[in-house]
Amino acid sequence: MIRGRFASARNAGLLVVLVLGLASIPLWAPRFWIYIATQALIFAVFAMSLDLLLGYAGLPSFGHAAFYGVGAYACALLALRQVDGLLPLLLVGAASAALVAVPIGALSLRTTGIYFLMLTLAFAQVLWGLAVNWTSLTRGTDGLIGIPRPTLFGLDALGISLYERGAFFVLCLIVAIATFALLQVLARSPFGRTLEGIRENETRMRALGVPTFRFRFAAFVVAAAFAGVAGSLAAMSNGYATPDFLYWTASGLALVAVVVGGARSLIGPLLGAFLVLFAQLGLSTYVERWELILGALFIAFVLFVPGGLIGLVRRT
Amino acid sequence: MFLLAAGLSIIFGVMDVLNLAHGSFYMVGAYIAYSVVVVTNSFWLAFLVAPLLLALLGAALEVVFFRRLYRHGHLAQVLLTFGFTLVFVDLVRARFGPTTRSIPPPPGLDGAVQLVGATFSAYSLFVLAVAIAVAVFLVLGWRFLRVGAVLRAGVEDKEMAGLLGINLPRVFTLTFAFGAGLAGLAGVVAAPEFAIYPGMDANVLILALVVVVLGGLGSIEGAILGALVIGLGYVVGTTFFPQFAIGLIFALMAAVLVVRPSGLLGRRP
Repeated sequence: MIRGRFASARNAGLLVVLVLGLASIPLWAPRFWIYIATQALIFAVFAMSLDLLLGYAGLPSFGHAAFYGVGAYACALLALRQVDGLLPLLLVGAASAALVAVPIGALSLRTTGIYFLMLTLAFAQVLWGLAVNWTSLTRGTDGLIGIPRPTLFGLDALGISLYERGAFFVLCLIVAIATFALLQVLARSPFGRTLEGIRENETRMRALGVPTFRFRFAAFVVAAAFAGVAGSLAAMSNGYATPDFLYWTASGLALVAVVVGGARSLIGPLLGAFLVLFAQLGLSTYVERWELILGALFIAFVLFVPGGLIGLVRRT
Repeated sequence: MFLLAAGLSIIFGVMDVLNLAHGSFYMVGAYIAYSVVVVTNSFWLAFLVAPLLLALLGAALEVVFFRRLYRHGHLAQVLLTFGFTLVFVDLVRARFGPTTRSIPPPPGLDGAVQLVGATFSAYSLFVLAVAIAVAVFLVLGWRFLRVGAVLRAGVEDKEMAGLLGINLPRVFTLTFAFGAGLAGLAGVVAAPEFAIYPGMDANVLILALVVVVLGGLGSIEGAILGALVIGLGYVVGTTFFPQFAIGLIFALMAAVLVVRPSGLLGRRP
């Protein structure tokens, strides 16, 4: 108990340092690095949503990019039709991703483990195929381009626009913190505890009268909704949404972020997301063969640091 | 398609490893074929060399990397192989560039053949023959050869097989090498038919996964059946509604999995 409190105090301290450090980025970092940090935050939201599935519910989804992509496309389509307003766009991204997650979850959750992994992968690829081929809606491989960023009520009068890098970065930071807080509350709630129980021993939970399928399903849909938010942010940030958002490598990178950072901690995936994104965007700027290095990095992590970054912190 | 799925299925069935790098083996096989043909101008040499090299590569990877990971469960392995897919794609891009390559069918097989009133390219028939030969070999070997018996024992119960004096680490290495070799063979055979480009691995990997899942993991007959169903579905799909052929395939798979989560010929998980 005492140890637990000590650990949580230390974690809280770590969090405050992290947030302050991040919040100061627009003040000193070069423009390019602000952009990368923004992307990393968005990716962190995505990775944290996956951690709810992988870490807490024990569901290894290899198709999580599907919901990220659906959120991005939903947001993009509305924004291109002159729908303005930050909250509506983010909510639409979340809602549409959750909606898509309903049938996918209902089917995939009939299986577990590696079968679940392959099913989610397959469904995500279906959606990717749809995004590539349904050209009248998605414009195929070109993707939707020229997505405007929404205006903020009132703040425009003060001269704050989301087109400013710093402002958009702060927005992403706020969303990331909110996601972290909400997921943390969720994970600590009876709902989250039940999910962990199901992960550890489904038979026993079922014997206790817990409708395990419903809990898993709820977790799946909630995780999808957060991924949808991340997708919407990504669409606004980049100004485009392409089928790449849904591609299986995106799902894979998110999984890597969760595992490299350390699953079942939320903060781990956040760190992992930063590491992966800095590695990806940072390396690709300076080195041509960045994918090679990135791949080698993952291999090394899987081999030598099974608990992820957070595992290293915990061990010391 | 079948060749690829068979390799994947065997690796998964025996070793319980989901190998996402399987598509990369296929791609590397195709590129090796390309290199050999460019240098020696002999398709048949490539036909021999590529599967052998791939088998060696597979064995090396298994010994160096995968062996450490069996304890850590599926996810670690999946991520490891995912890392390898990134590495391989980039290596290929570094060596051969992003452009699409192709090699001509071997002399003697570049013509067309009249058969029961329809025209087929001779090379397609050759591919078909190779696939059937491998399928027959695998099914019979699985049933009747000593190696097949050992592998089946491995699928059924690893610990028991180990206790009975089977050298499991060696079996695993050989299995992985064999699976990789099959992927290499698939790569060579596909090279004259399809374009060779970095990124070909992902497309084919997803299809192979579907085939394996559909047919039932760890079942060779299942892989054959799955390949047939998917092949037919794909052709029918592209003929009638070309835009959604891929969707049709996945819909098929989803339907099968809902009814039978372990695949058409798979055992209950």
